[in-house]
Amino acid sequence: MEKTKKATFEKERVLEFFKNNVIMLCMLLLIIVIAVIQPKFISTRVLRDILIQNSSRMIIACGMAMVLISGGMDLSAGRIVGLAAVITGSLGQMGDYANRFFPNAPELPVIVPLLVSLVVCFLFGMFNGAAIAKFSIPPFIVTLATGMIIWGANLLYYDTEPNHSQPIGGIQEGIRYLGSGYVGGKIPVVILIAVVVVLISWFVMKYTAFGRSIYSIGGNRDAAEVCGIKVEMTLIWTYAIAALTFAIGGFLECARTNGATASYGDNYEFDAIAACVVGGISNNGGIGTIPGMVLGVLMFGILNYGLTFLGVQPYWQKIAKGIIILTAVGFDVRKNIRKK
Amino acid sequence: MEQTTYVLEMHHITKEFPGVKALDDVTLKIEPGKVHALMGENGAGKSTLMKCLFGIYQADAGTVVYQGREVKFHSALDALRGGISMIHQELQPEPHLTVMENLWMGRLPKKGGFLVDYKKMYEDTVEVLERLKLNLDPRALVKTLSVSQIQCIEIAKAVSNNANVIIMDEPTSSLTETEVEYLFGIIEDLRKQGIAIIYISHKMDEILRISDMVSVMRDGVMIGTWDTAEMTVDKIISKMVGRELEEYFPPKTNQPGEVRLRVEDYTSIYSNSFQHVSFELRRGEILGVAGLVGAQRTELVEGIFGIRSCAAGRLYLDGEEVRVKCPMDAIRKGMALLTEDRKHSGIFPVLSVGENIYMRQYDKASDFGKINYKKCNQIAREGVEQLNVKTPGIRTPINNLSGGNQQKALLARWLLTDPDILILDEPTRGIDVGAKYEIYVIISKLAQEGKSIIMISSEMNELLGVADRIMVMCAGRKTGELGQKEFSEEAIMQLATQFA
Repeated sequence: MEKTKKATFEKERVLEFFKNNVIMLCMLLLIIVIAVIQPKFISTRVLRDILIQNSSRMIIACGMAMVLISGGMDLSAGRIVGLAAVITGSLGQMGDYANRFFPNAPELPVIVPLLVSLVVCFLFGMFNGAAIAKFSIPPFIVTLATGMIIWGANLLYYDTEPNHSQPIGGIQEGIRYLGSGYVGGKIPVVILIAVVVVLISWFVMKYTAFGRSIYSIGGNRDAAEVCGIKVEMTLIWTYAIAALTFAIGGFLECARTNGATASYGDNYEFDAIAACVVGGISNNGGIGTIPGMVLGVLMFGILNYGLTFLGVQPYWQKIAKGIIILTAVGFDVRKNIRKK
Repeated sequence: MEQTTYVLEMHHITKEFPGVKALDDVTLKIEPGKVHALMGENGAGKSTLMKCLFGIYQADAGTVVYQGREVKFHSALDALRGGISMIHQELQPEPHLTVMENLWMGRLPKKGGFLVDYKKMYEDTVEVLERLKLNLDPRALVKTLSVSQIQCIEIAKAVSNNANVIIMDEPTSSLTETEVEYLFGIIEDLRKQGIAIIYISHKMDEILRISDMVSVMRDGVMIGTWDTAEMTVDKIISKMVGRELEEYFPPKTNQPGEVRLRVEDYTSIYSNSFQHVSFELRRGEILGVAGLVGAQRTELVEGIFGIRSCAAGRLYLDGEEVRVKCPMDAIRKGMALLTEDRKHSGIFPVLSVGENIYMRQYDKASDFGKINYKKCNQIAREGVEQLNVKTPGIRTPINNLSGGNQQKALLARWLLTDPDILILDEPTRGIDVGAKYEIYVIISKLAQEGKSIIMISSEMNELLGVADRIMVMCAGRKTGELGQKEFSEEAIMQLATQFA
């Protein structure tokens, strides 16, 4: 009797472990399967490629994670990425490039396109936050609308004389270095930037009163209000900071690809949301961590790269992604239901 | 002895969760046409037992026999179809649907297979409502109804399903006295129709009045079942807590001092809310606020605390006028508000017990802006210990605790902000007897330490037992103040119904 009880208890613990680490285990399984079929997959080069490909996604997902934890959502993320990419491209071209966005402007220092992107996107983020916090419009609606507005504004800008919606190219050396250069010839700069952003986000969310108040607002906004947390200000800052991460993502996308078009960043918000929820962040707010989000992004990164590596048709990747989202979130929801 | 036939029997139900034996060999037998009270402190296993009955939890052992046959329900809907219905503590009707749609939800009468037959639905609803003598418009939107009326819809739903057993979980917790009378009338009718009622409540007077049988649970064990006629309040309580409770209220040791807070002419921006309320609060004083539901007591204190907008009103703290525009202002001035609705505006259900307690302490427990979790956990542990919060650990999600322990954790959170003025809005709502006493002890100790306390309560004996002075409100206006010598239920009721 005692023994069977102990055995069932052990079984429950193993089950519990599985439930709590579904993403990790899925990822391991995925890596093992890919590696068995194609052993060359296990190499530093592959790892580096995956990290490079996903560094801007990682940065964007940081902002999305904060917004989701606050109980919100940002559907304008991809459009903010696109706006930052176009601003960076238009202001960061080489002085002697043939098709310049501003033919008569001098070559600007690297800091100018970066700062302008950050400031413009920050303002849009503040607007998102203010509309959500002050006027209590649902985040879904607000960011859907601002996403459209930002895209329209971006298209107008992109279509100005003499560019006329031509893809922007000829990005100057300094910016391209940030997107595709290496530190010491070995470590890609984008990975470093992503690591820094992730570490800062993790620190803010875990170790600052500001970060914890985002959790409280996501957990119970009314209670947060009663506790004296400045809900409105916190939400405005959350969306503004999130927009900053989207701006950095857009800047790096432009830098990495040596160019930009207004359709950059299209659908990035969905990738970011998917990575976050797979990484254990609840779309109801209050639950989830930055390390969890990192796992979520890596999961999709490995999946994309691995399936391409195996020569699987890209269409299958979408199906696989969908299945993973459903499985991971399904497990997560079950976990929380049982706790009730 | 004659063999009694039971409509529902639960035999030897055992349910274990990792680390806790929630139910241990529990047997409960229900007779038809009787009101069977089920009592016990929070966490005694009442709701777990009900969840096992409804198949929300799978019992580890035991059988359920319903109308002489062994059954196993898989969901609440399953049980409802079988004729067992539960009316929950927190009702969740669809506010934008009509009475009749709520009544027939999930089994709408159909025309031609898929079209909703509204005419039949209306007629059926009228019939059910008539049978229960309920005066409700089937086409009224649920959001326009009062809590007791919504409860009646739930009862009507059960009756329309030909229920043989109706379980009521704390049905009167948000009802006014007249509404309670109304509900009891309906229960009486149901009993005459041979329907068995399992009545879960903490309110002794109700149990003694309405029930035929009383079963008491404690720590997952069924202590016993008695005829209500044999029981007294003291007997039931001693069965519930496993010891004799000498007193319901701690002795009064606090000494009111000079005036700390003066509230003048507080008026809401809404004309149907609080109007021209003024009062004073002394150091070390417990001011009770009495009134019926709708007296706008909660709205008043939320106005004072800066949560609701006021059209007029001045607040003086130690003789100096202060402005409170938002809760942060109030907290800075040394005020704290334990809200009426724990779930809605108190706890952060997804966060841990620890974080729920230390969440306002980051400025004290940080090193250069970096939160020091060691200090935080230390603070939380002290709070847990001080207020005797029963929790497996500070990392446990607060949602897993019973209502009384959640309330104590919330009190711990507020006490850590070191307030001078504590506003407690229904601090013992939905809490069992033992935890209530603990809360009274905490309140009177705080007053003794010189803190000033405003306590809103709908339980009159609680106000009479704890407060130094009672302010009574009715329909948004202050109708009077009673000193300890004038304390009586009649005096309060008279003032509370002045405009009714």
